[in-house]
Amino acid sequence: MMKVSSILLVVGALALSACNNPDRYGAGGAGGAGGIGGAGGISSGALGDPNDPNSLAYFQQTIGDKVLFAVDQSTLTPEAQSVLAQQAAWLNNHPGNTAIIEGHADEQGTREYNLALGARRASAVQQYLIAQGVAPNRLQTVSYGKERPLAVCSDEACYAQNRRAVTVIGAGAGV
Amino acid sequence: MTFPARSEQQNADPCNNPEGAGCSPVPRNAASPRHIAKGYAPMLRTFIAAAFCGLALPFAAASEPLHLELGVGVIEPLPFAAPTFVAENPGAAEIAQAITQVVAADLAGTGLFREIPSSAFISGVTSFDAPVAYADWKAINAQALVTGAVAATSDGRINVKFRLFDVFSDAPLGDGLQFGGGQGDWRRIAHKVSDQIYARITGESAYFDSRVVFVSESGPKDQRLKRLAIMDYDGANVQYLTDSSTIVLAPRFSPAGDRILYTSFETGFPRIKLMDIATVSARALAELSGNMTFAPRFSPDGGTVVFSLESGGNTDLYSMQLSSGQMTQLTNAPSIETAPSFSPDGSKIVFESDRSGNQQLYIMSASGGEPTRISFGEGRYGTPVWSPRGDMVAFTKQNAGRFHIGVMRTDGSEERLLTASFLDEGPTWAPNGRVIMFTRETPGAGGGAQLFSVDITGRNLRAVTMEGAASDPAWSPLLP
Repeated sequence: MMKVSSILLVVGALALSACNNPDRYGAGGAGGAGGIGGAGGISSGALGDPNDPNSLAYFQQTIGDKVLFAVDQSTLTPEAQSVLAQQAAWLNNHPGNTAIIEGHADEQGTREYNLALGARRASAVQQYLIAQGVAPNRLQTVSYGKERPLAVCSDEACYAQNRRAVTVIGAGAGV
Repeated sequence: MTFPARSEQQNADPCNNPEGAGCSPVPRNAASPRHIAKGYAPMLRTFIAAAFCGLALPFAAASEPLHLELGVGVIEPLPFAAPTFVAENPGAAEIAQAITQVVAADLAGTGLFREIPSSAFISGVTSFDAPVAYADWKAINAQALVTGAVAATSDGRINVKFRLFDVFSDAPLGDGLQFGGGQGDWRRIAHKVSDQIYARITGESAYFDSRVVFVSESGPKDQRLKRLAIMDYDGANVQYLTDSSTIVLAPRFSPAGDRILYTSFETGFPRIKLMDIATVSARALAELSGNMTFAPRFSPDGGTVVFSLESGGNTDLYSMQLSSGQMTQLTNAPSIETAPSFSPDGSKIVFESDRSGNQQLYIMSASGGEPTRISFGEGRYGTPVWSPRGDMVAFTKQNAGRFHIGVMRTDGSEERLLTASFLDEGPTWAPNGRVIMFTRETPGAGGGAQLFSVDITGRNLRAVTMEGAASDPAWSPLLP
C-alpha cells in the first residue's frame, strides 16, 4: 500500500510541474498567474485540453507559443531554441495547420525601427522552424513593432515580456 | 541656406489665393507705410528697456523699424496689442471677437510675442479708419498694434480687414489687407492675418494657416485603438480620416497637402496606403514584392515615394514612381534601413541605419549609392527629417534611457537637443522650418501619447491644445 501511494504522489507531482511549465512566459502578462488549476487551465473550452498534444492549448501553454529576446536583439537564446524545436515538432505532426509568427518590440525605441526589429525577430523564428523541417509556405511573418505590448508597465519586467515572437497557429485548421 | 520656393511665393504675393479666402490691399491709412529693410535692425529694440532703466535713449532707437530676428534665441517676447476687431455690422460681432482671439493666440503661441491684456489699454479702437493714437499705445509699451474689422454679409460670407502698426515709429508696417471667405473659413482667415503679421515683423514666412495629420489614440495600452485624423496646426477642427478598426501609423503629407501616405494593418500585415484627403478614399501602393512596407514619404515634387520594404527579416529602402509603379531598390544591406526623408531639392535622402551596430543617421543620393554617416554623438539616432529650409535635419535621439528631439546641420555639425523625456519621438517641421512638432509619451500602464511643439532654438516647449491622445504628427505646407 505504502509503495503504491508514493508512486501515485510522484506521478501527481510530475503532472503538476507539466502544467506549471507552460506558464514560464507569463501568457497572461501577470507572470505565472494561472497554471496550477490543472486540466481546466486557461481558456480550455475554446482551445482544448493543454494535456492533449493535439490541442491549440497544448501548443500555446505546454510547449509555449512565445520566445523572448534580449534588448535590440533577434538572436535566439538556447531557451528559445528549445521551445521552437517543440513548436516545429508540433507543426510537423499537424501538417494541416499554418502559422503566422508575430514579432514584437518593447516601447524603448522609435516606431519605424521597432517595426523592422520585430520583423527580424519573426524572421529568426521562421528560419528556425524551417530548418526544423516545417514547410516555408506554411509560415508567414508580421511585425507589430511596439504597437501591441503584452505587459503595460514601463520597467524591464514588462519590457522583457514584450520583446517577443509569438507563433499563432492558423485558425480553422486542426485542433 | 535657401528658402523653398513656396515660402518665397508666400512672401512675395500674399494675395495670390486661388480658392477659399481671398485677400486684397486695404486703402491706406493717413500715414503712408514705410518700406521695412529686412534684416536691417538685428534685434528687438531696446527703447523701452532703456527708458525704464533711466538710461539715455540710444540715438537710433526711435527710427529703427520693428523687426524680430529669428534663430538668435529671443529672450524677451515682443509686446503687442490686438484690440477686438471692429464689427462693421451687428452680425459680425461674435466672429470679430473670435478672430481677434485666434490672431492673438497664434502670435503669443510662438513665444516670440506677448499679448498686452485689453485691461491695460488706454484707448480703444472703435473705427478701423480712425487715426491711431500712437501715444496711448506707446504708454503701455505696445511695440506692435494690430487693428481689424469684420463685416458679415447676408449670403454667409465675411470680409476681414487688418492693419499692423509699428507703434514706436508712428507708422503702419506694410499695407492694410482684407480677406474674404465663407463664415466657416473664419479660423483660416484669422490664421492668414497672423501669417501676415509674423512675416512682416520677422521677414520670414509663417505657419499658422496650415494643418497637421496625425494618429488619434484611445483605449488601453495593450489594445490601443488608432485612427488617422487631421486638424489645424493649433489643434482646432479635428476631422477623422479612418475608423479605428485597424492599426494605422505615421501619416505623411504630399508637398501640395492634398494626399497622405500612411501605414495600415488593414490586411493583417503593415502596408503603405495613399489617401486623397478631399474624398477620404485610399488605395494600397502596388509594391511588387516584400513582406511588409512602411515609413513612406513623398519626394518634393510629389511624384515619387521613398519607403522601407522588409523581406525575409531584412529592411531596405526603395523608391516608387507613383505614375508608373516602377520600383527602385536604393539600399542593399543586411542592416535595418528606414525612416527616409528627401532634401527639399529632391537630390538627397537622409535615413537611419543600424549598419554600424546601432541606429545612426546617413545621407545618400536620391538614386541610392554609398551613404555618408552624419551622426556621431553618444546614443542612437533615428527618424531624421530634412528641414523645409534645407539647412538642418531633425531627429529622435535615444541615450542613457532618455529620448530627445534634436536638430543638426546636414553635415552632422552643431547638434542641438531641444527636448528630453521618457519618450519623445517623430519630429515634423513647421512649413517655415522654425518650429518642430513631435510625439511625447508618458510611462506606465496609464501612459499615453500627446503632441508637443518646440522652437528650434529649444524654447517655447508646449503641448498642442487638443482633446484625447495623439501621436505621429506630420505638418502640412502653408495652405494657399
